[in-house]
Amino acid sequence: MIKVEELHKSFGSNQVLKGINTTINKGEVVAVIGPSGSGKSTFLRCLNRLEEPTSGRIYFEEREVTGSQSELNQIRQRMGMVFQHFNLFPHMTVMENLLLAPTLLKKNNKASGQEFALELLRSVGLEDKQSAYPAKLSGGQKQRIAIARALAMQPTVMLFDEPTSALDPEMVGEVLDVMKKLAKDGMTMIIVTHEMGFAREVGDRLIFMDGGNIVEEGNPREIMANPQHPRTQDFLSKVL
Amino acid sequence: MNFSFLHEQWPTFLSAAWTTLQLSAVGVVLGTLLGVLFALMRISTFKPFKFFASAYIEVIRGTPLLVQILLIHYGLAEFINLPAFASGVVALTMNCAAYMAEVFRAGIQAIDKGQLEAARSLGMTRTMAMRHVVLPQAFRNMLPAIGNEFIIIIKDSSLVSVIGIGELLYRARILQGSLFLPLEPLIVVAVIYFVLTFTLSNLLQALERKLNKS
Repeated sequence: MIKVEELHKSFGSNQVLKGINTTINKGEVVAVIGPSGSGKSTFLRCLNRLEEPTSGRIYFEEREVTGSQSELNQIRQRMGMVFQHFNLFPHMTVMENLLLAPTLLKKNNKASGQEFALELLRSVGLEDKQSAYPAKLSGGQKQRIAIARALAMQPTVMLFDEPTSALDPEMVGEVLDVMKKLAKDGMTMIIVTHEMGFAREVGDRLIFMDGGNIVEEGNPREIMANPQHPRTQDFLSKVL
Repeated sequence: MNFSFLHEQWPTFLSAAWTTLQLSAVGVVLGTLLGVLFALMRISTFKPFKFFASAYIEVIRGTPLLVQILLIHYGLAEFINLPAFASGVVALTMNCAAYMAEVFRAGIQAIDKGQLEAARSLGMTRTMAMRHVVLPQAFRNMLPAIGNEFIIIIKDSSLVSVIGIGELLYRARILQGSLFLPLEPLIVVAVIYFVLTFTLSNLLQALERKLNKS
């Protein structure tokens, strides 16, 4: 579904990604872990080109992400993204947040869009917040709305960039629960995270990154129980 | 003090105030539109746009409005015969645009980068993201600065009296001479300017309150 070939990214003279190659299959839940500065967020942000790759190619459903801008806008409609800091639109209600992109980009009628948005709010447990402004919501609620907003475009893959890192500890669970449900429903997900328990429980594959490279990847349980590479061992010994 | 001339002259002041208002309103509206354009050019990644907008803003901000008015009026007269009112509007518009551009640039750049990223990640084009996500938020933050510029333009429109536009100050100067009263007409126009700006300032505050409620 997503294919990454020789992805490089530099910020000035700082080489952040040094040739990433990987394939992500439909329905797969991939957790990306690694120390800070390992390039894991940059890798994720290159997948929908919020970060412009220095070189390399990325394909999504047979189309090239690294191609033209109009192609990219089409592709982005099919790739949802959830950010560490939610990035809800503060001047709009929850419902307006969900409906803005579908209204601008999809041709289907307004009533069905609204119905679908309500359904999404119900599935993240926030149906009663549809006319609230983001400022009135807790962090956990904001992130659940942000997930619903991404889902409103009916994406086929969801990218999560440290979705629980900005949350108070007691709110992490409610967001992870929504993500678990999404994984169970068969959504293809790529999650940059520090939640090792979640990665082990929900992930089909674990990617460990360090110094701009994929150092080790495979089944999360196996890697966590028996890491092969010394850097993986070192990292896991600190976080587990 | 002798204000008895008001009895006869109030229509003069009224029509002068109307001229001042027209000058400022047209200057501000056109200046704002042009200002948005210059702001977008200045933050664009296309170098020639960036250079042109920056140069324009620096030159306008770095020269006195009075000189700009005279230059435009007598300079343009070399090519086309513009009525004084049009020269005045052009000068105020060009001046207003430069300051507005900076207000808009600061307002746009103050919006968190994550807002644009979230909009783009949903598949919106840059124009859609600007129009529906960034600019509405920027506008709210910019309102006090925009109001400030409106008020400055109303006051600075008095400078176009030098090219003979019959606005408030120009009429007051004429009455000073014809009535042999050095002070009183000036006091009257000062009061009118204050009433105009104070009213505007209150309207803008009401608008701010309304926007903050939502």
